Amino acid sequence: MPSRKLIVDGKEIEAEDGLTLLQACEMAGAEIPRFCYHERLSVAGNCRMCLVEWVGAPKPQASCALQVRDIFPNKDGTPAKINTKGPYVRKAREGVMEFLLINHPLDCPICDQGGECDLQDQAMGYGRAAFHRFNENKRAVEDKYMGPLVKTIMTRCIQCTRCVRFATEVAGVPDLGATGRGEDMEITTYLEKAFASELSGNVVDLCPVGALTSKPYAFNARPWELRKTESIDVMDAQGCNIRVDTRGPAVLRVLPRLNEEINEEWISDKARHACDGLMRQRLDKPYVRKSGKLQPASWGEAFAAIAARVAQTAPERMAAIVGDLAAAEEIKALKDLMTALGAAHLDCRQDGSKLAPGPRPTYLFNTTIAGVEAADALLLIGCNPRWEAPVLNARIRKAWANGNLKIANIGEAIDLTYPVEQLGGIEALESNPFLKVLADAKRPMIIVGTGALSRPDGAAILKRAAKIAADSGMIGPAGSAAEGGWNGFNVLHTAASRVAALDLGFVKGRDVSGIVDGAQKGEIDFIYLLGADEFDVGHLGRAFVVYQGSHGDAGAHNADVVLPGAAYTEKDGLYANFEGRVQMARRATFPPGEAKEDWAILRALSDVLGKRLPYDSLDALRKALVAEAPLFGELGKPHAHQGADAAVWSNVGADGPLDVSRKLAPAISDYYLTNPIARASETMALCSREFAGGSHKMAAE
Amino acid sequence: MLADKDRIFTNLYGFESPGLDAARKRGNWDGTKAIIDLGPEAIVDIMKKSGLRGRGGAGFPTGMKWSFMPKEVKERPHYLVVNADESEPGTCKDRDILRHDPHTLVEGCLIASFAMRANACYVYVRGEFIREREALQRAVDEAYEAKLIGKDNIFGYPFDLYVHHGAGAYICGEETALLESLEGKKGQPRLKLPFPANVGLYGCPTTVNNVESIAVAPTILRRGAEWFAAIGRPNNTGTKVFCISGHVNKPCNVEEEMGIPLRELIERHAGGVRGGWDNLLAIIPGGASVPLLPKSICDDVLMDFDSLKNVQSGLGTAAVIVMDKSTDVVKAIQRLAYFYKHESCGQCTPCREGTGWMWRVLTRMQQGNSRPEEIDLLQEVTKEVEGHTICALGDAAAWPIQGLIRHFRPELERRMAAFKQAAE
Amino acid sequence: MSVRRLSADQPASFAFNDANAVRCEREIAKYPQGRQASAVIALLWIGQEQEGWVTKPMIEAVAKMLAMPYIRVLEVATFYTMFNLEPVGEHLVQVCTTTPCWLRGSDDVVAACKKHIAAAPHTVSADGKFSWMEVECLGACVNAPMLQIGKDFYEDLDGPKTEALLEAFRSGQTPKPGAGNGRHTSEPEGGALTLKDPQLYNGGYNRKPEAP
Repeated sequence: MPSRKLIVDGKEIEAEDGLTLLQACEMAGAEIPRFCYHERLSVAGNCRMCLVEWVGAPKPQASCALQVRDIFPNKDGTPAKINTKGPYVRKAREGVMEFLLINHPLDCPICDQGGECDLQDQAMGYGRAAFHRFNENKRAVEDKYMGPLVKTIMTRCIQCTRCVRFATEVAGVPDLGATGRGEDMEITTYLEKAFASELSGNVVDLCPVGALTSKPYAFNARPWELRKTESIDVMDAQGCNIRVDTRGPAVLRVLPRLNEEINEEWISDKARHACDGLMRQRLDKPYVRKSGKLQPASWGEAFAAIAARVAQTAPERMAAIVGDLAAAEEIKALKDLMTALGAAHLDCRQDGSKLAPGPRPTYLFNTTIAGVEAADALLLIGCNPRWEAPVLNARIRKAWANGNLKIANIGEAIDLTYPVEQLGGIEALESNPFLKVLADAKRPMIIVGTGALSRPDGAAILKRAAKIAADSGMIGPAGSAAEGGWNGFNVLHTAASRVAALDLGFVKGRDVSGIVDGAQKGEIDFIYLLGADEFDVGHLGRAFVVYQGSHGDAGAHNADVVLPGAAYTEKDGLYANFEGRVQMARRATFPPGEAKEDWAILRALSDVLGKRLPYDSLDALRKALVAEAPLFGELGKPHAHQGADAAVWSNVGADGPLDVSRKLAPAISDYYLTNPIARASETMALCSREFAGGSHKMAAE
Repeated sequence: MLADKDRIFTNLYGFESPGLDAARKRGNWDGTKAIIDLGPEAIVDIMKKSGLRGRGGAGFPTGMKWSFMPKEVKERPHYLVVNADESEPGTCKDRDILRHDPHTLVEGCLIASFAMRANACYVYVRGEFIREREALQRAVDEAYEAKLIGKDNIFGYPFDLYVHHGAGAYICGEETALLESLEGKKGQPRLKLPFPANVGLYGCPTTVNNVESIAVAPTILRRGAEWFAAIGRPNNTGTKVFCISGHVNKPCNVEEEMGIPLRELIERHAGGVRGGWDNLLAIIPGGASVPLLPKSICDDVLMDFDSLKNVQSGLGTAAVIVMDKSTDVVKAIQRLAYFYKHESCGQCTPCREGTGWMWRVLTRMQQGNSRPEEIDLLQEVTKEVEGHTICALGDAAAWPIQGLIRHFRPELERRMAAFKQAAE
Repeated sequence: MSVRRLSADQPASFAFNDANAVRCEREIAKYPQGRQASAVIALLWIGQEQEGWVTKPMIEAVAKMLAMPYIRVLEVATFYTMFNLEPVGEHLVQVCTTTPCWLRGSDDVVAACKKHIAAAPHTVSADGKFSWMEVECLGACVNAPMLQIGKDFYEDLDGPKTEALLEAFRSGQTPKPGAGNGRHTSEPEGGALTLKDPQLYNGGYNRKPEAP
């Protein structure tokens, strides 16, 4: 890209034409205050805080609103001089700051933004010291209802419109706007309607003042009281990078961390707001079922009960199911224990998907999340990315908004926040007009979702999807799009644990429905559930069920022995996201009561069962894990980007007829209640009522 | 005085019919084909040579503005947009063109569009001008009927002209706010770059011109750049429609020579100041946005861009608002401050917050309920608004107040003293 | 300008009548394909002409016709001050009170409205025939003071003339709009001083010279 030279505060730099002057000044090491400007939103140029001096220009310039290409050199050919400091700039910014403050309330002591407020911080730098001279009445603005997550104190609003631009541009849900005009302009939703986006919480981060704050977190804590732990979200399979803020034993809030390749700086509302579920419905001691009722027990009693049952059970009548939130370490430990016991049936696919545990590219999101931006045609098959991975959906929307990405869908018509050509039901897999678009595209991609793969004919669907991928040239050379590679075949998982479990081959013998069937028929006598609540847990016949997990959900209620485990914020654990990218979640708090980290429970149990696992520490377990699956030793890299191997792609799925009479139903029916933590969350329950349950509005605030 | 033969808007007062036949008798649509045959470049050249400066207020050379449009039409069509959102207090000239001489505008739209390679033109008429837009629509319909415009017109240049209207927002007179409004959004000005000639209506190359600028173009092209340039003064050429309102004996619109002395304009055409020239207090010479001038300056100032700029005011829209000695000048400016507060779009900070602040301070000052040091505060606030906003509305709100302080500070202080005395 | 909100009392539904539906189509057709949002002001205006004010169902109907989100149409309806968000009288009297009109006595015009319509603006008169409001410069400054009733400007007013005007409307007449002091339009009172050369009107001057 062409660039030009600038002299910023006396320092010569060379900046690309497409950068804003604000970015160029930052390159030169200058700090530019701003409120409305945000890298990921369109440029509004309305706050006027980023004024700089362009030597020779008649007035100060808003540096966000100029691009480097607009900064022509001086008449003598020398580079333009930009000053970001000095009395001229300071005076201009002080003027703007004064205007921002005259109608801003002096309520910082009761404002949740206090301590992390851009206005507060910048007022320290540009506020007029010691006196104020605004002798008129201050403006008061009525608060607005924006739903259960976003609290509004609109008198604090400085009309920067970041939230409006986010809703319109990134979330693709144009529910926010600025009505009226002049000093009476107000940010609002349409007539007190909730902001109906799964990404709504991000406007709280974007708001540079305390106008939009987190409703569930209201008045809970000051930022400096919080311990901050960098971690990974498990509410979906995207692996969004988060920061977990805790005080004592409580997770008070979850915020996004920047990761350009995964979540940029967004997270979904579930990732952000399910955290109150971590304090509710918790399993904090072991339980053993006695005379039909679960009774509190000691660890020893619980283990003894399991050991007694295992001793009576033949290996071919034993099964284990891995749940959706399990970390790779405990999956590995459970697999090793079950293998030692000779258990015949292992599965990790609670949703019944027909994916096989290999080869790896056949179950990954090979294009990678960032790679979506390079795609020019996309076929969705039985998935709803808006609910199954909202942040990925924002990336698809971004790709659509930036260029020429055409999108078509096989399955139910859904509002994905961008235009989608509806191709019909599953019969469209055989032939549809979009196949030509895919074939003509330079970088076509396909996303097969759980809704398709979990059907009885899921393997046949997978086979046809792979064929479409091969036929339309989706499987190109290895490497990222930037490196000239391309792989357009993608599976969209909904469970955070799934890719790791498939990587570790936690698929053997009967599948989940086979295990349920066997239990009902008396062919399966012992079932070990590692946080597995998302299948037909209530119909396991007379089988002896061990539930190890964090929450008293469906699995625990139907168990004979309950072992209290740790939630994702209470243990260090590896997760492989749907791209196959391995990342580490970090312990932010300790498990409650007698609950323990899950790998340690399995290690202790193995001792009682006489099959002692060969690792005494998490480190040792990880070493064993990496020895079995080396990719768990390479954190952060997407292991997608794998290229063509004709044999791999011709062996995906299975031949068979498509059941065209069966509706292609979505995998998720209520975005807000997809796992035990979310179901324990009052906030998610409110959201579910507001958005998923037919817009049931809460009593007036 | 400008001779009748050199007047462009010969039906300014509507004594004749605005219809096509009558317009043709007044010379409109005469030789249009020959003008078109000159080709875009020659037309732009004549416009440049005529020295015409935009009649909407800023005075940017019209021919040069036209020349900024791309020289060839690529994948994006070109547009001409005519600004008939006449809302500057004091100004009512475009109204007379729209209702009495609309064919000057229709013909101008065709020729200007041709010169800028636009095949479509929108005229944005302020919402309140309902009868005016009906009159313009009648002229447009006549022109279509006579195949003067349309896809298959007699000039062989496909051209469509559409009348669009607003719904009450002064800010839509700002060219980029007008484009936003024309696209169906709130009229909030766009950032200055890229310019509309590059990215304008619907993201396409666009030029926005004032009604009068476009309506004078056909006559300039008929009678020649030299004819137009010979009227007025260097760099301030041609004729101009002046609107004379306020405390004069006979308020009126009149087309006159640029550079006519202000006093002559008022005394010759508007029957003089009420109570005589010596009863004059101050004049706002170019619409509400420009600083007022006290009588001492009015005595001999000339009415053109450069002369008025030299006395720290401006020609603006050439709307002359006259105030005699009976005027509460603070109230007159306070009312304008209210106007700007009412019309601020609210987009950018200094204007949104500053216009309300300035109005409130002035409201107290009108009563005298203020302290002399607040005059300096007010002056500083105007300086914090001026030059810091996205569009010129901030400047327009600041200048009248700066003019008041510059010329009438003793009056402000007198009131404060009186108020204080009354309170004691 | 004060905070503009939709009225608390809203009708259940809205539909353009047949004639207005045709007008809407004509407005939409002015703009290129995919740019139909450009017609939003025109459609809301036609709706207001039909109903007297802009209602919530109208906003939603217009949004659907133009494929716009509701909030975008609400923004437009609240931004532009000619849209009445509350019911108005049969004759909406809009009095210009900006400086040029004020200098020539718009206070007297306002006083007449207070006396003959209602003490407070935005209040429908007891007989339902009028409501009045102050507006910003309407662009007829050389005919100040003036007001707008419906589509028409009534100019060169003073207090008594305004009272007579309102009385005439009240009694069912429609007085002739325009200048109110005997002049034709915007020429100086007593007759135009310019544009008197008869040659102007038979094509004498504004002609393209013959090519040499």
